[in-house]
Amino acid sequence: MLELRQVSKVYGSGPTEVRALRGVDLKVDAGELVAVMGPSGSGKTTLLAIAGSLEAPTDGEVFIGGSALSAMGRNRLARLRRRAIGYVFQDFNLLAGLTAIENVTLPLELDGVTMRAARKVAGDTLERLGITELADRYADDLSGGERQRVAIARAVIGERGLLLADEPTGALDSVNGEAVMRLLRAACGDGVAGVVVTHDAQLASWANRVVFLRDGRVVDQTSAPPGPESLLRSGSER
Amino acid sequence: MSVRHALLALLSEGPKYGLQLRHEFESGTGEVWPLNVGQVYTTLQRLERDGLVESDDERASGPQKGYQITRSGRVELDDWLRAPADALAPPRDELVIKVLVAQHVPGVDVHEVIQDHRRTLVEAMQRYTALKVGESDDVALLLVIDAELFRLEAAVRWLDAADTRLAQASTKPQDRRQRTSAASHRLGRLARRVDVR
Repeated sequence: MLELRQVSKVYGSGPTEVRALRGVDLKVDAGELVAVMGPSGSGKTTLLAIAGSLEAPTDGEVFIGGSALSAMGRNRLARLRRRAIGYVFQDFNLLAGLTAIENVTLPLELDGVTMRAARKVAGDTLERLGITELADRYADDLSGGERQRVAIARAVIGERGLLLADEPTGALDSVNGEAVMRLLRAACGDGVAGVVVTHDAQLASWANRVVFLRDGRVVDQTSAPPGPESLLRSGSER
Repeated sequence: MSVRHALLALLSEGPKYGLQLRHEFESGTGEVWPLNVGQVYTTLQRLERDGLVESDDERASGPQKGYQITRSGRVELDDWLRAPADALAPPRDELVIKVLVAQHVPGVDVHEVIQDHRRTLVEAMQRYTALKVGESDDVALLLVIDAELFRLEAAVRWLDAADTRLAQASTKPQDRRQRTSAASHRLGRLARRVDVR
């Protein structure tokens, strides 16, 4: 679903030049949740912005659904952002004067879908994610964890195949953070490709694969972990 | 892990048989710490010898023998629950020693050593988290998994901090020989403090 090939990003030039990404290769399949871990300044947020077509790479190519972003015009890129990509931010970005379901319908309504049809799809999405009870509550009446769950519903509504999240549990305690990660993982299990960038190992451990970024380079990644039985075995040896 | 005190805790709810104690111990700890029957009976015999539990029938043995907690057993249990945990003991952490030593081994990149450990720890965290995915009702299991995740996370955070500190230190101009000599001295002191053999 998402592929970055030899992506580099340079900001500024001369003595103020910053090489944020250096030849990054990353592939994320539909149904897979990948965490990108790294310290501050390692290039995580730049990687997410480039994967979401919010910024263009200096070198290399990004493919979404098999199509190269560099070959798309402004209008097609804007359509891709509206229809194929969902974003989840640390500070939720919900509109306070709207209910949860109105926030979730927004991307579809902005894309020209009628309010009635958008509301039907939003209702289905909330139901699929198990948060129907939040539908008619106003965004500013929701707790932080509830807001982020609504933001995830908004990010995956419609035919969106790519979900990008930047420290989505950063403002939440660990139990609410876990509820958000359960939802992200469930959304990806439905066939969405997910990328979450974080410096938090507990958050990253919800991903199917963890990629480590350092100084703009992918330096390592986890391999498919063995089943949980291995833990029970080691527990009995203690 | 104190099996002795866990059994006292179970008996504080009321008299129980050995097999029942084993079953309740395992389900109460999310079945993460399997316990064999021999361990249960050996521990119960020691508790009885120390006057912390008493059996209801001197002649019976094995599954027929019931146990109950004594007044001394309740005091012992209460003291144990409130006593500081081993977490307050001085660290004796192999990971810390490995990173400290790796700095001084020629041809070894300490950042690569740190990354190897970081990856291994995160993979272990992924396995624990995978146990949570299909489980949201078994509170005992979730508590045990949380404890392991927080322990592993602390180690990852320490590695992150070490990585950054070492990177910053390597950019500071300082005579390498002087630095190595001072570091070796400190390492020796630390190794003695944490009782490294």
